Amino acid sequence: MRIEERFVNATVLVGLLGVPLWALMIEEPFTITLATRAVILALAAVGLNVILGVGGLVSFGHAIFFGIGGYAMGILAFHAQTYSELDLGLFSTSGTNSMPVIWLVAMGFSAFSAFLIGLLTLRTSGVYFIMITLAFGQMFYYFAISWPSYGGEDGLSIYVRNDFPGLNTLVPFQFFALCFVILCVVLFIYARLQASPFGLALNSARQSRARAETVGLDPMRIRLLAFVISGAITGLAGALFADLNRFVSPTMFSWQLSGELIVLIIIGGVGRLMGPVIGACLFVALEHFLGGFTEFWHVFLGLILLAIVLFARGGVIGLLTGKEGAHV
Amino acid sequence: MSEAILATHHLQKRFGAVIATEDVSIDLRAGEIHAVIGPNGAGKSTLIKQICGGIQSDDGWVELMGRDVSKLNTQKRARAGLARTFQISELAMEDSVLENVVLGAMGAKGSPWQFWRAALKTPHLIERAEAALERVGLLSESETRCAQLSHGQRRQLEVAVALTLSPRAFIMDEPMAGLGAEGSKQLTTFLDGLRAEAPILLVEHDMDAVFALADRISVLVYGKIIASGTPDEIRASGEVRDAYLGDTL
Ligand SMILES: Nc1ncnc2c1ncn2[C@@H]1O[C@H](COP(=O)(O)OP(=O)(O)OP(=O)(O)O)[C@@H](O)[C@H]1O
Ligand SMILES: [Mg+2]
Repeated sequence: MRIEERFVNATVLVGLLGVPLWALMIEEPFTITLATRAVILALAAVGLNVILGVGGLVSFGHAIFFGIGGYAMGILAFHAQTYSELDLGLFSTSGTNSMPVIWLVAMGFSAFSAFLIGLLTLRTSGVYFIMITLAFGQMFYYFAISWPSYGGEDGLSIYVRNDFPGLNTLVPFQFFALCFVILCVVLFIYARLQASPFGLALNSARQSRARAETVGLDPMRIRLLAFVISGAITGLAGALFADLNRFVSPTMFSWQLSGELIVLIIIGGVGRLMGPVIGACLFVALEHFLGGFTEFWHVFLGLILLAIVLFARGGVIGLLTGKEGAHV
Repeated sequence: MSEAILATHHLQKRFGAVIATEDVSIDLRAGEIHAVIGPNGAGKSTLIKQICGGIQSDDGWVELMGRDVSKLNTQKRARAGLARTFQISELAMEDSVLENVVLGAMGAKGSPWQFWRAALKTPHLIERAEAALERVGLLSESETRCAQLSHGQRRQLEVAVALTLSPRAFIMDEPMAGLGAEGSKQLTTFLDGLRAEAPILLVEHDMDAVFALADRISVLVYGKIIASGTPDEIRASGEVRDAYLGDTL
């Protein structure tokens, strides 16, 4: 079976838009919420795919950025809803309910953290990189747990979803559409980036570091920028995720979440444009359908993962298009 | 004699008890091919890494155009004008031939910091890349995935990538290895013309190629230069015969 990758990609997007449209018609708002969850997880995984898929560095700490995005939303909205001042030393603010502002803050802080963490971790690679990013992830997790001002272990509830100009974000389909458009924009950016000189350099540094260096390219700096872009995208997803649930908690920083993002990508297809999207859709569907029958649905997820790793190294996209590699 | 483009001064490198380079001072002058020959394990590849980056010398320094480059990392030395080809191919195996060469063109043109236009649709990169492929005779394979190339074609591709850099000096580690008689002959002709563009430091086991091409030959044994001179002088040297050439000549 060999299907054009473009065709697969288009079908996935149409399906992802079609399901909630259909749910809208038969008035099944919960299905729309599920689809929104899939879109947001896909967005987070597209971010990870930049450094993992193209750059070849398995970050086991991407929940850091997801969590930072979540807490950016949580903290800003918390101050807005309690009319309390957030004192930042140099200036103070009374928070905000505006999504675009929250997104910018989420992406800014995620990018900045990615820059610092990248500086400290990107000299390593392989298993060492996995371990050190995991360690950073745990640091953030325990920090969030022991930060009493914003709910500590219990997290923070936000009572009203934040605003986006011209939309009523509390209407499930409107919020879905907003997230879906963001995902499409980010996918477009990802595709451009991957084909650009920067993407080519990142991709070849993954395959042969010596080759990149010998033509005068600096793998460290290229990977650092990729890590920053990657973190910013996952941070944006975190802010949306928090808004979807109207709740943030330290679990957004958990290593399980970092692991799930990796699993999504492997299932869908590492380094493939739509890999994370397919992975996220399957993940949410399994979680929903199997999670209803058994608490051990993760076992099934594990079996699928095992089958993919053993028999279909290009993930679902690889199976459908008959191409294993990401860059054929 | 013309000025030295590249010179090593008293380079030294040990790996534990193994002396890989011992007081190696050689130079490469404009327009010449300087061959470095020696038995397996003599330290030829180590010397290349000391020149191009990748191994820190214990002592000594490397000058390119009169400037000490020993403290620079590999990528900075490449940008300063050193183009290395590897004894064992270092290529982006999943990528196409064209992508590999475009990568070189990007390095030469200074910047991977372009994020929007597709690399393969950037005219100045493609022109440069295709010109290099044309010269080594690989243009017809530009769409082929690198992993599918024959061994010989990968060797050609390594040379093509080096060409895109328009370097001050080529440093080639056994470019003929595994090429076969016909391939070696073609590459010999090609390198013969290439020296006018930039001098070549050529590490090579193929003695026919070495004696056909080299303006000077240095013989490296156990990390030491035991002889250096014109091909005729090296041929006549008894010490070299004993140490290395044996009765291959
Ligand atoms: N990274 C390293 N660590 C330890 N020993 C090394 C290292 N690299 C090279 N050596 C040793 O240094 C010596 C010189 O090796 P080198 O690869 O430079 O030889 P060469 O002349 O290129 O040989 P060949 O003709 O087989 O390519 C050898 O004894 C080798 O085992
Ligand atoms: Mg060698």
